[in-house]
Amino acid sequence: MTYTNRATRAGFRVWTLLVLVFLWLPLVIVAVLSFNTSASLAWPPSGFTFHWWGKALHNDGARSALEMSLKTASIATVIALVLGTAASFAVQRFKFFGREPLSLMIVLPIALPGIVTGVALNSAFREVGVSLGLMTLVIAHATFCVVVVYNNVLARLRRLSPNLEEASADLGADTFQTFIHVTLPLLWSALLAGGLLAFGLSFDEIVVTTFTNGAGNDLQTLPQWILSNLSRGDQQPIVNVTATAVMIFSLVPVWAAQRLTGKQGGLAGR
Amino acid sequence: MTAVTNPPAAARAGGFRRRLSRFLDARPRVRLAALLTGPAVWLVVLYVGSLIALFLTSFYQLNEDGTGIIKKLGLTNYHELIDKSVYRTVALRTIKVAVAVTLIDIVLALPIAFFIAKLAKPKARALLITMVLVPLWGSYLVKAFAWRALIGSPGGVIDKTVGASPGYGMPAVVIVLSYLWLPYMIVPIYAGLDRLPDSLLEASNDLGAGFWTTFRSVVVPMLLPAIVAGSVFTFSLSLGDYIAVQLVGGSTQMIGTVVYDNFASNLPFAAAFATVPVLVMVLYLLGIRRTGALENL
Repeated sequence: MTYTNRATRAGFRVWTLLVLVFLWLPLVIVAVLSFNTSASLAWPPSGFTFHWWGKALHNDGARSALEMSLKTASIATVIALVLGTAASFAVQRFKFFGREPLSLMIVLPIALPGIVTGVALNSAFREVGVSLGLMTLVIAHATFCVVVVYNNVLARLRRLSPNLEEASADLGADTFQTFIHVTLPLLWSALLAGGLLAFGLSFDEIVVTTFTNGAGNDLQTLPQWILSNLSRGDQQPIVNVTATAVMIFSLVPVWAAQRLTGKQGGLAGR
Repeated sequence: MTAVTNPPAAARAGGFRRRLSRFLDARPRVRLAALLTGPAVWLVVLYVGSLIALFLTSFYQLNEDGTGIIKKLGLTNYHELIDKSVYRTVALRTIKVAVAVTLIDIVLALPIAFFIAKLAKPKARALLITMVLVPLWGSYLVKAFAWRALIGSPGGVIDKTVGASPGYGMPAVVIVLSYLWLPYMIVPIYAGLDRLPDSLLEASNDLGAGFWTTFRSVVVPMLLPAIVAGSVFTFSLSLGDYIAVQLVGGSTQMIGTVVYDNFASNLPFAAAFATVPVLVMVLYLLGIRRTGALENL
């Protein structure tokens, strides 16, 4: 820190504080309003109550939406783990025609706006005659989740020394034994971090979801449920509760991903 | 150890695996095909296939009474896009908003990322980065809706406490989109700074450069791939957003809202308008491919 003086450091500290306040202010307001006695978004809050938290706990719509979101995110994450890992091995270990375009294509689903992905998949599904539902939703989500697993695993593979695998082979292990006993243990934290990010990405997604999920109420994901209830004033407090609860629970995966990726934690890997 | 007590079974299982292993070892093309088939089919056939189908749809048009689509290729939709000044305005406005949001996020993110990575104590660092990441995981919808309650004028939280607020409209769209995508900019820049050795900054200092000279001519150039990676998110997310725009934009139209509004009634036109952000993003991605930014995503 010899390259900074006291005034510069103070300036950076104040800026950091201001940006953190900016980031947290809306979230704090939602959390505060979830304990508000009044049902509207009116400010300042009129009193303190646990009423909405109790009501939200027994809200069937919210609960089945949560189930749907967890189911979708889990299946999409598993698919993304398989596809993303396979793709990262192919790109890292082989030279082949089309390698560059492939790595660009893997990035495309998160680099293009969600509405483009959503509209494209929606019209493709309808063209082929597949009805929208859990399957189409999972396919859509897995598509944009592949990249986070891919980037995480690719970054790890690049840092891995090939000596370890060669040593394993020299000692008589076959390809599969080497993969299970040498490569996989070295990859697992990258896989877990990528998986967590993929899960989080899927769990909160609303735009692609709007276009690729079925219309039935029992099929709504949590963000869809929130969106349809936000426009109904009387449900506002329950939405506030749900949002606050999700935020609190997200602390666990955020903290875990932070611990796992340690010093290299990028957004989608690295 | 089972291999010793039960040699025939183990030998048979191991034998098949060994033979498969030897088979694969000798044939890198087969290994490559096994790895590549899944991802390639998924992304090329399913995803890029859908995009191409959408692109084709953009050349179709609605029939006379608007109830069906005539699958005949023509440039009608593109003529409409270019001829009607409203769509040019909307496209241009969206790109401007995306640029503004990206620049605001870079300015907000650089100092905080630098503070967390280089100035904060290691213990505070973990807490600070978690404080940046949690808002990223908080629901997009709830954040957008919270801003609706915050920024409304009259009667919004800001208006009631500060006495003035921009209200719903273009400025609100820029503020809220900058807010929503800010963590997407902080995280790659932080990761980039984390990889930047302190010794480089100290060397620059030892050679006589002041802090701001070092920041401008050492830190920022080395962070370029990370900044560009962050900008892919902020730019693309801004180009396509329609929900936040509907919530805080008042009557502001953006590419996302036009595509969304036309999706049900006139899919070919929606498809034609959707090619604008695709074109912008593909050109952008091709332009930045050499900077190494894509691996920083």
